Amino acid sequence: MVILVQFLVGLVFGTGLVVSGMSNPAKVLNFLDVAAIPSGGWDASLAFVMAGAIAVAFVGFRLVLRRARPVFDTAFHLPTAREIDSRIILGPAIFGIGWGLAGFCPGPALTALGTGGGAAAIFVAAMLAGMAGARWLANQRSLPRSANSRA
Amino acid sequence: MALTTFTPLASLLGGALIGLSAVMLMAATGRIAGISGIASRLLPPYGDNGFGGRLAFVLGLVAAPLAIMLLTGTVPAQVIEAGPALLVVAGLLVGFGSVWGNGCTSGHGVCGLARLSPRSLVATLVFMTTAIATVFVTRHLL
Repeated sequence: MVILVQFLVGLVFGTGLVVSGMSNPAKVLNFLDVAAIPSGGWDASLAFVMAGAIAVAFVGFRLVLRRARPVFDTAFHLPTAREIDSRIILGPAIFGIGWGLAGFCPGPALTALGTGGGAAAIFVAAMLAGMAGARWLANQRSLPRSANSRA
Repeated sequence: MALTTFTPLASLLGGALIGLSAVMLMAATGRIAGISGIASRLLPPYGDNGFGGRLAFVLGLVAAPLAIMLLTGTVPAQVIEAGPALLVVAGLLVGFGSVWGNGCTSGHGVCGLARLSPRSLVATLVFMTTAIATVFVTRHLL
């Protein structure tokens, strides 16, 4: 049941990406191209996507978190990190460069797998490799120094 | 570059669906709908037994445009201008950066901002800035 629900949740998310136009990298890049504002080539749509998504999530999260627990788990799993460290600057900085190069972020890239042909598949494969690399590096750093030198 | 038309209503509606999906996931599993977190945890090592649910979520993402094509008979507009080499570089950066920073446009940009998280606000401002700078360099300087 929980598996089926998560499929439906993904389906709603993907439908939102397609309806909003965010599954089209050209639309994303035309939003990021703020230098095109004077010439009229700028596409402000992404700001409306963010506004719609944040507004619904802002209200919805508050309603849901009033409950004692989620439907399929014993407790909510909310992020607990508060610190503004180097990773919260460096990671998004690197992510933004990649996003600006091709116009794909993770959600739209996965949604494009079914319709975007080989280009989407190449991007997703590279993205998963980058994710694996980041997880590996984070693991290395979190190991105690002695454990590293013994290996 | 491919011209696209400004679609305020469709984008607002699509955005609302994305927000609704995030609320549904929170209500069902108690977790943040961060696509980079969900996708990266499809890869080993596995810290919990949530693999099946995460795979189902990603399959839902992939199925969405196909379902829309079946229902409406129209193929969603999609223009991918980047060539294979650029797609590889961009994919590596997006994958690495989103995991290193614990989130992407969905986890930080939507869920984090909706939760008024200071970390997500910093992350969103940083990736918006570097993405805009990257497009400026590639479209207007190179």
